[in-house]
This record gives sequence, C-alpha cells and structure tokens, in this order.
Amino acid sequence: MAILDQGPLNYKEQLPPIIHENYGKWRYHENPKPGVLKHVSESGAELYSVRVGSPRLVSLDFIREICNLADEYCGGYLRFTARHNVEFLVSDAAKVEPLIAALGERGLPVGGTGASISNIVHTQGWVHCHTPATDASGVVKAVMDDLYEYFVSSKLPAQLKISLACCLNMCGAAHCSDIAIVGVHRTPPRIDHEKIRKGTEIPSLVASCPTGAIRPNPKEKSVVVNDAKCMYCGNCYTMSPGMEIIDPDNDGVAILVGGKVANARTNPMFSRMVIPFLPNNPPRWPEVTDAVRNIVETYAANAHKGEKMGEWIERIGWERFFTLTGIEFNAKLIDDFIFSRETFRTSAAFKY
Amino acid sequence: MAEKRTPQLDELEKGQWPSFVTEIKKAAVKNEASKELLHLLERSYEEKRGHWKHGGIVGVKGYGGGVIGRYSDLPEDYPNLAAFHTVRVNSPSGWFYNTKSLRTICDIWEKRGSGLMNFHGATGDAILLGTTTDQLQPIFDELSEEGFDLGGSGSDLRSPSCCVGPGRCEHACYDTLEACYNITNQYQDELHRPMWPYKFKFKFSGCANDCTASIARSDCAVIGTWRDSIIIDQEAVKAYVAEGLNIQAVVCDRCPTNALKFNAETQELSVIAEECTRCMHCINRMPKAITPGKERGATILLGGKSTIVQSAFMGWVIVPFMKMEAEDDFQEFKDLVERIWEWWDENGKTRERIGETIYRLGMTNFLTSVGLPAVPQMVYRPRANPYVFWPEDEIKK
Repeated sequence: MAILDQGPLNYKEQLPPIIHENYGKWRYHENPKPGVLKHVSESGAELYSVRVGSPRLVSLDFIREICNLADEYCGGYLRFTARHNVEFLVSDAAKVEPLIAALGERGLPVGGTGASISNIVHTQGWVHCHTPATDASGVVKAVMDDLYEYFVSSKLPAQLKISLACCLNMCGAAHCSDIAIVGVHRTPPRIDHEKIRKGTEIPSLVASCPTGAIRPNPKEKSVVVNDAKCMYCGNCYTMSPGMEIIDPDNDGVAILVGGKVANARTNPMFSRMVIPFLPNNPPRWPEVTDAVRNIVETYAANAHKGEKMGEWIERIGWERFFTLTGIEFNAKLIDDFIFSRETFRTSAAFKY
Repeated sequence: MAEKRTPQLDELEKGQWPSFVTEIKKAAVKNEASKELLHLLERSYEEKRGHWKHGGIVGVKGYGGGVIGRYSDLPEDYPNLAAFHTVRVNSPSGWFYNTKSLRTICDIWEKRGSGLMNFHGATGDAILLGTTTDQLQPIFDELSEEGFDLGGSGSDLRSPSCCVGPGRCEHACYDTLEACYNITNQYQDELHRPMWPYKFKFKFSGCANDCTASIARSDCAVIGTWRDSIIIDQEAVKAYVAEGLNIQAVVCDRCPTNALKFNAETQELSVIAEECTRCMHCINRMPKAITPGKERGATILLGGKSTIVQSAFMGWVIVPFMKMEAEDDFQEFKDLVERIWEWWDENGKTRERIGETIYRLGMTNFLTSVGLPAVPQMVYRPRANPYVFWPEDEIKK
C-alpha cells in the first residue's frame, strides 16, 4: 500500500553542493555566451548553468542520457526550467566547454538565454488530449526548426516568448506571450442527444457556454444550440461527450501577439489576436511558420533595443503594426465579447 | 501489429530542433503502446484530427486526483492504446533533480508505462504519459516507496510551482523553494482530494520578473518584492560606465516612474525610493550595481486564469506587502489563503475560478468576507461610474 500525502521530494536533497553552500547568497550573474549563465556568489564561488533545448515530450532514453551527462560534468545534478529547457549545473569552469561539445555531438542545442527565442511552452495536442483543434508537438517542432537561429543566439531586441495551446482552454501561457499559437474551431458542436441523455449533467453543460448559446431541450432530455450565438470555443464538449466539435476541414490556428508577464518597465499584458485563422497543414504547418517568422523579423527590424513585442506595438500603435507586418486587419480582430469596449479607440489620435 | 510507414512524422525528424518523433521512436523500440502511438499520431496527421475519446475517470486508492484517464477512439486498430492514462508526479521545488531521483522514475516507468514523459507539464508536474488502468496502483505504490507523490488534477489544489529563487538568483526576495515545498506539504489533503468549486493554483516567483508567469498562470501569485529602497553600489555604477553602458538612455529613460537620476559628471546614480514601483528594469540592466532593498517580502495577487469562461484574467493585488518567512512557517500567508478558500468554497459556483467568483460578487464583498482592508494599490484607478453599493449600517435610519 502506498504512503499517502508525503508530498514531493525534498528539494534540499536535489541541490548540488555549490548551491547548498551559496543558497541565497548570489551576488550577480552574467551571460558569457548564448545558453551559458555564470552566477557569482558573495564568497566568489562561480556556478555555470548550461541551458539546453528539449522537445518536452521525451523518452526514458533522453532522461537517462542527460543523467549520464550530469554525472560526468555536474556531479550528478541538473534542473529543468519553467520553459521546459534542461539546465546543467556546472561548478567546475573547466568542464563547461567539454559539456557543450558533448551536447553538440548529441544534437542538443545550447541557447535560450538573453534576447533569444527560448523554448515554446506547449500542450498535448493530438498526442494525448481529447479537445484539441491542432497538434502541439508538431507545430512546435516546425516553428523551432524555422527559428532555430534565434534559440542559439541573442540577437533580438529583447527576449521573445512563444507559446502554443491546442485549444481555447489555453493551457500554458498563450494568453500572456509575445507570440501565441492557439488551436481554434470554426463550426458549432454537433449534438448527440443519446450521449447527452446518458452521460451529461445538463445544467453544468448549459452553464459552460460563455455566450449563453446553449438552452435545455426538455422534450429530448437534452440541449439545443443557437448556432448564431456560438463562437466554437468547445467548452461544451469539455463538459459533455455529446457535443462533438472537432472538424478536420475547419479547425486550425489563430495567432496572438504582444503579451508579457514580467513587470519590468511596463505592466503585464495580454496577447492580442492578429491572425484569426490559419489552416492545419501537417506535418510542417508552413502557413504558421511563415506568419510567425514575419512577425519575428518585423519586430527584430523595428523595435528598440530592450523593447518587448508588446511594448514595441503599444509605442508605434497597432495600426502601424499591421502596416509594417503586412498582416490584413479584418472585423474578426475587433473584440465583441464582454470586456470589449475598453479595446475600442476612444480617441482621435491615430496614424494613417 | 504490422509495420506501418510514418512518412509525415518522419519529416519531423529532420531539422535542427530536437525531435519529439525521434523520442517516440526511441520509446517504440521497447514498448508496444509507444509504437502504436506513433502510428495513431501519423493517422491524426493524415486526418487532421485527434483520436482520443472524451474524458476518462481513473485514479489510485486514497486520492481523487493525480491521474488523467485517456482512451483511444480506435481501440480495435490500436489495442495497446485502448487505455493510455497520464500520471502526474509532483516535482521538487524549482525542478532541481539529482540523477538518482530521475533514474528511479525512469526505472519504474520503463517497467509499467509507455516510456514517454513530459518534463514538465505546464503546472510543473513530471508527466508520465501513457499506461493502463491496472498499472496505476502499482506505479503509485512503487513511486511512493521511493519518496515520490502524485500531483494534482480536477477541482483541487494543483501542484504549486516556483522559480529558481535563492537557489540560483540574486534577485530572490524570499525563499521560493522553501515556500513552495512547505505550502505543498501543508495542503496535501486539498491537493489530493478535490473538494472545491474548481481548480486552484499557486505559483511562487522571487521577484517582479515573475519567471513562473504566476500573475497569468495561477489563481494565487506570490511575487517577491521589497518595501524600502533599491541599493546602489556607486563603484559598480562607474564600472558599468567604463564598460560603455549608456545609463541615461538604457536605464533612467526606461524607468516607468522617472525615479532614477544619473549625474553624468559625478557618474552617480540615485533613486527617489517612494517613486519606485520595483519593476526590476534597472536591476535587470545593472545586476552588479543595483540590488533589491533589505526589507523583503511578497505581493499577493489573486484571480489569474486562462480564457474559459469569462476571458483570461491576470491576477490583481490583494495584499501589497506580506512577509514570507520560513521561520514562522509562512503562517500569515496560510491564515489568509484558508480564509480565501473558505469564502470561495462557500460562494463559488461549479467550475467557477476564484477570479470569476470575485468578479461576480464584487471586491467589496470579497475583501469584507476575508478581512482585508481596501487600499489604493489594489486598483489602477478608481471607478468612473457612480453605481456604489452602501451597506445598510452605514446609512442613517
């Protein structure tokens, strides 16, 4: 019988000696080259962190391989970052370059620090979820292959975070990223009365709809959907298997930009939609990689040094963002949900 | 099953970014379910749709959460994916591991699961991806024998997570690793046995850089800060000038409140402490010269969530400054969250995140109920409409 409620492993047993010795006494850090951080403590101790890109979805062999490397170069310690990269914690400066060489031999990219595009926070997609409108791992692989140069360098105006969510639940960070790729549906759910009768709590199903498009249908002991009010969020399908919404011909992705979470200079910002729909085109999603690259390159060419995507756009104005990127603006980008009014321009100040 | 080709997925083994297809293929060599996953995914790429059945309720004895049940909708074609459940393992604070711990997870998972994992899920758990129902209890028994426990799922406290904090960051204003560990242990019951209107997440960030994205991705964000002045080392400022940093342009002109003054003649930097909003920009630009103040604690923000149902919310300030001390067992924080949970549990509707409950019932109601004073730090600006609710006892009878 399992031991209950013992909680996670104690982090103290997972820290390398150099961190135990200098815990809370770090003085400053430097970024000597892309993917390498050097932290110096009050005592003068130096810790090198080598950051490595990971596909997040990994096999046992991957974990065992990074364990072997950590044993050889880091005394058996490593960590993962909030963006799913691996960090090797090296206390012996002489081992940094040999570790980087060993990583290179295994095809593991060193980068993701400073003004780079780090790993893409992403979700389950067609690998393991029941509500996705697109895949996660495949789109991420296609985008990171295309933008690889930005992972292994720090040549952007500022750090640029990309996230992907495979449906509007937006698991992860899509609502607060510099660039977000979000799976979207474009057709209403198809009601299966039999399934709803058998396995659905109807009041919860009715309450799950953000626009009030679902009403009880007592005659059928089921529900009815007002298609004109449905914007295909899929939350009703989350609540009931009788509300199938996946539609291979019409599902795809939307692109949002300009979100941030740090408080530096400007307040945290939500990502805003700039492309309402691009098709699912596996395995390489060329429309998506092209759109993301266009936004990255336009930002890189125009933003001030140190300026995040959202700060750049707010400074130049969204109308100018659409001009510079050549992205077509259309009515689908004008908010018509409950908090929309504050996004309208209540001012005569704008650019032509 | 018969060998099938996977031309679309093979395409994703090309390119420089590490390939998840290569990872699935590595697992497929040893495990039949992973092999079938490869073929099912290829089919999804051909048909442009997922092939997982709706929902799935499975678990382990004693707990109401921690396992995500999943069944293929094509069990005849992919018998080894008929059940393909996910096990969430609560990760150590800051995702620090020794290799012995990681190898232990691998050994158990090799024996009883697909061999595929996510390091990590977005909430922070180590995700063991794909096993059958009969393996769930043995997996948990063996994991727990080695000191691991499951993470959260469903309408419970989800696994808290934290930034690297004092483990490796000079900006950390409190011990995020210890806070995360202590508070996760304190609320094991709330984490393992769902009893609330909906999910609830904690994230602990050591400073306003918010490296866990707590303000956007947790119902309760604990963001490290200080109450006195930033500390400036004038010698280090001069060293930055010597290195060629344009302090006026890169640091002072970007200060959101114009609180920083640089004297180009004396090469001295000064701050108007009461004007500083502790955004971290100057510290980020000049980490050798500027450090957070000495009187440290955290700002508590509530309500962060994603889109469903009423739009995404960022967390908003409910306590501008609170001490976060391991010595007193984070007691002030725990007292507050317990009052908050009691109110939400009583007032929240089914599947209503706490941010939406506060939005529906009003901040006044919330603050009064949990015993927090209203302060100007809670708002960007006061209301513009005059539609004020007055309690009866404030009105002359």
